[in-house]
Amino acid sequence: MDGHSTYVPKSGIARWLEQRLPILGLMHSSFISYPTPRNLNYFWTFGAILSAMLGIQIITGVVLAMHYVPSSKMAFDSIEHIMRDVNFGWLVRYLHTNGASFFFLAVYMHIFRGMYYGSYKSPREVLWILGVIIYVLMMATAFMGYVLPWGQMSFAGATVITNLFTAIPLVGTPIAHWLWGGYAVGDPTLNRFFSLHYLLPFMIVGVVVLHVWALHVVGQNNPDGVDVKDVARDTVPFTPYATVKDAFGVCVFFIIYAWFVFFIPNYLLDADNYNPANPLVTPAHIVPEWYLLPFYAILRAIPNKLMGVLALAAAMGLLVFLPWLDTSPVRSGKYRPLFRFFFWIFVICCVGLGYLGSQEVSDSATLVARILALGYFGYLIVVLPVLGLVEKTKPVPTSIADAVLPKGVAAAE
Amino acid sequence: MSHAVAIQPSRRDFLYLATGAVAAVGAASVVWPLVDQMNPDAGTLALSSVEVDLSPIAEGQIVTVKWRGGPVFVRHRTQKEILAAEATPIAELRDPQTDQERVQKPEWLVVVGVCTHLGCVPLGHEGQYEGWKCPCHGSVYDTSGRIRQGPAPLNLAVPEYKFITPTRVKIG
Repeated sequence: MDGHSTYVPKSGIARWLEQRLPILGLMHSSFISYPTPRNLNYFWTFGAILSAMLGIQIITGVVLAMHYVPSSKMAFDSIEHIMRDVNFGWLVRYLHTNGASFFFLAVYMHIFRGMYYGSYKSPREVLWILGVIIYVLMMATAFMGYVLPWGQMSFAGATVITNLFTAIPLVGTPIAHWLWGGYAVGDPTLNRFFSLHYLLPFMIVGVVVLHVWALHVVGQNNPDGVDVKDVARDTVPFTPYATVKDAFGVCVFFIIYAWFVFFIPNYLLDADNYNPANPLVTPAHIVPEWYLLPFYAILRAIPNKLMGVLALAAAMGLLVFLPWLDTSPVRSGKYRPLFRFFFWIFVICCVGLGYLGSQEVSDSATLVARILALGYFGYLIVVLPVLGLVEKTKPVPTSIADAVLPKGVAAAE
Repeated sequence: MSHAVAIQPSRRDFLYLATGAVAAVGAASVVWPLVDQMNPDAGTLALSSVEVDLSPIAEGQIVTVKWRGGPVFVRHRTQKEILAAEATPIAELRDPQTDQERVQKPEWLVVVGVCTHLGCVPLGHEGQYEGWKCPCHGSVYDTSGRIRQGPAPLNLAVPEYKFITPTRVKIG
């Protein structure tokens, strides 16, 4: 999209560089003059919050890797060494462990925002799919990171997740042995997880660049879900409007993050993980980190091993097809009353599954988990395709300006 | 294309195919080493047997020994447990196996202590059949280590083992 202004190099050095690598112009068109819809609300600041969290995780992660030892004999002690001996080691580690949780908190807000306002719909399908890829990479990274302290939960988590592959007929067990580098989770597993945990964030950065690129080709969606028709009337320049709003959103988010880091740093961690890993004993009550709980609940809700694993994979994989599962031509949930009702039921199903995933297995909990899992899949496979065909939507505004500006102003501008 | 196309294969065509073939073979030959390096290494394979002294294991007791990085349960079964395992009708079982197929001597049950669902270590003397119960997802095994309830598809695996003396077994 054309921006609000064009970059003109002012100094000689900038001119010299611009002729050889037009990076300043790219920055200008992407982050200064880039037209952002004038009706964006604070749910649109999560992109910036996520970028900030990714940066924090990489910086604190690189620092932790300077002190951490990826060996089954040393890993647990090296974390304690970081916590007790390394200058500010406690701070860097707590920023990293809580940072993972807040990264996921932000990504869930970002995803649900996209689902509510129909941000996945044409022409933003590729943008959405790149987002799903980032989300899956985040889960893989978080999972491997959780294994590194080599506590009891680390070990149990690594065992359960890698054992998901044993559900595959014939090749499942060889694949698990290949992942482990042995006949059980052990030293080789820890070492390779450390290697991959260091690699994947940079792959996330790569996909984020593609995600932002795709965003800047098709433009941002907005709460009214109507396309930008007139750049001058419907949009404002990224700087200062979006920059300042994003910065404010990041600050508020960081206040909550800091509260966790400084006052309740272990709230989201598991006490069992402060016991060193013991391959001969599984803790009585194993739970994944909160951000994986809904998927864990779906896995447990199904009594058959292969079917459980397939349901788990489908719960994530279906998100890729969301742009085609939702058949409604209207993007924003704001103009879809029925959709809105089902959307909140879907959110309740996700949160409910998360809660059940944290509870011990019982017959009643399993029954509720099955109903909620049905709600999760039902929303994606049945409700969204059918709603688009039967729902009577409210009239959509003709333009962004018409939606948010008083009648007289919109006409005069 | 407007200009003439050579009918005869040119030297460029030959170079193109030959280079492509070399590149494909070259890539294929390094893919496998890069994949295979992750498989269990020579050191892991070498450590694949362990000997267990049975004399201190009391009747009713389950001892966990470490074999190939994971647990193996050696269970000195009571007469009641043996009878319960032997009396179980085969038709009731998800992974049908008689108790005789799973033991060399009825009083000694040797099984890999890894739940066949997702690899947790089951707890002994728990569950309806007082065999094992997995703390992770609730799979229940009987006194022969056979799966009876819950999501696990298979019985606890019986490793290769032999009695080297009446009170000593070698696992692996």
